[in-house]
Amino acid sequence: MNVKICTETFESNKPASLATYLKYGGYEAWKKIITEKTPKSSIVEKIKNSGLRGKGGAGFLTGLKWSFIPLENKQKYLVCNSDESEPGTCKDRDILRYNPHSIIEGMLIASYAIGASVAYNYLRGEFIDEQKRVFDEALKIAYQENLVGKDILSSSVSIDIYSLIGAGAYIVGEETAMLESIEGKRGMPRIKPPFPAIKGLFGKPTIINNTETLASVPKIMRNEPDWYKNIGIGDSEGIKMFCTSGHLEKPGNYEIPLGTPFRDLLELSGGVLNKGELKAVIPGGSSVPVVKGETMLQLNMDYESISSAGSMLGSGGVIVMDHTTCMVSVLQRISRFYYAESCGQCTPCREGTGWLYKMLTNILEGKGTISDLDTLNRIASQIEGHCICALGDAAAMPVRSFLKNFWHEFEYYVDKKQSMVS
Amino acid sequence: MTNKYTIPIAIKNEIDHVRAKFPSNENKPAIIESLLILQHHNDGFVTDSIMRSLAEYLSVSEIDVLEVATFYTMINTEPVGRNVISICNNVSCMLRGSDDILKHVEKKLCVKVGQSTTDKKFFLKDEIECLAACNGAPMMQINHKNYENLTLDEVDDILDKIK
Repeated sequence: MNVKICTETFESNKPASLATYLKYGGYEAWKKIITEKTPKSSIVEKIKNSGLRGKGGAGFLTGLKWSFIPLENKQKYLVCNSDESEPGTCKDRDILRYNPHSIIEGMLIASYAIGASVAYNYLRGEFIDEQKRVFDEALKIAYQENLVGKDILSSSVSIDIYSLIGAGAYIVGEETAMLESIEGKRGMPRIKPPFPAIKGLFGKPTIINNTETLASVPKIMRNEPDWYKNIGIGDSEGIKMFCTSGHLEKPGNYEIPLGTPFRDLLELSGGVLNKGELKAVIPGGSSVPVVKGETMLQLNMDYESISSAGSMLGSGGVIVMDHTTCMVSVLQRISRFYYAESCGQCTPCREGTGWLYKMLTNILEGKGTISDLDTLNRIASQIEGHCICALGDAAAMPVRSFLKNFWHEFEYYVDKKQSMVS
Repeated sequence: MTNKYTIPIAIKNEIDHVRAKFPSNENKPAIIESLLILQHHNDGFVTDSIMRSLAEYLSVSEIDVLEVATFYTMINTEPVGRNVISICNNVSCMLRGSDDILKHVEKKLCVKVGQSTTDKKFFLKDEIECLAACNGAPMMQINHKNYENLTLDEVDDILDKIK
């Protein structure tokens, strides 16, 4: 089945224009909801039943998340998380610049469903040039058409949408850190509970959804209840954008049904670069455990299949490595990232990420010992599960999986003081 | 002690526009975007006196502004070159040769990452996150504009054309 949702407009002449979006049935769902005054609960139910899961990384059921919002009539907020920065992930940037109206309509429907009168789209700072410009232009037009704003299409429903810009901090992609950042503070994650649905932005109930998740909502609403559920293969419901990168002939963004064999995604991406041998794959952004190439070739791109191999579907950032890749260098690079991006709030993460990075750098410089490898594992296990947010886990999981799957290569490096592959 | 900085009316208008996005009793949310605006109008960095004036204008404490300015890597508190170059060398870019690009640019501009050229034309930014252009690797941003699928020759061409 060749269904497209978020990428539907991508091939059009003017992908970001309102005319293009309308051609694909854009804003039909929204107009229907506000004219018919669809009960909020039925929207939440429909999204819940569709099986739509958060596409930012955690894969939590979107409708279920919405249902946590208190019913009473008070100030609530919706936040769209466009702070895309998980290494290997570059899908939201394309939705923002090639299908911005789908995000706006998704934000409107979500805001209506949870009873929020204000919604923010938080874009990472580096998106200021293209993505923010395109999104803001689309938003301006949506305001002019009175699809957004006060008394929308004379329905007496009012929802304002604002775009916000970050200033460089990976951690702000964590939902409570994002709330701190919107409040104008350092992006340090909050302790949960209370969860944002109860006490979020400015202390008010707030739902935070990823860009791709919200952009998927309009088309799900437009179709029959089971439409989204029935896309996919076997037990895997729905569709997902995968960003393929690394050693590939045609790296790109591919929106495919969940459950599609990894082999097919590899083929879509043109196969391994220069007909190289597939060595390893990080299937869901750099935070998730690495999988050996031969194992990956047996897996399907869905939550269950990837998790059966001890990894996670995550954000859909699929990083492919061929036989020339030095796994020690890759892990050191990943560790540098988490060391640089730790907010510094929790000691295990602040100190541990630094130790991991420094020890791996030592190994790369030929100063490592075999006992360092056990120490790396030990530090990783002491970070994991001991911090407020998942960044510590994200730093630890690659270390443990790289060592587990490629132990011989690390052993070789400390012994011979050089890489096994070069 | 630096001189007091007066925020020009045009910038105040921009800041007021940012403030209007938030509840009227919340002053802090405008800090981040205001710093980016002020930095944009001040050769790419903010001074102590700029931060102090912003604190005063937004009715927040100076430490609130300083905390934000030092937490977010896109805000510079020291003078930098006019054109900001960010070369991503996270995993996806590394696999496609970004380390060679970085070395090449360091050599060409006679700077190390984190430094500006002596003529203040370029700033080779450090603490670069993944810039979310992984399937266009290797890539760099110059003044927030993306250049993707780079070769060393293309890097030369791009840099040579910048004024």
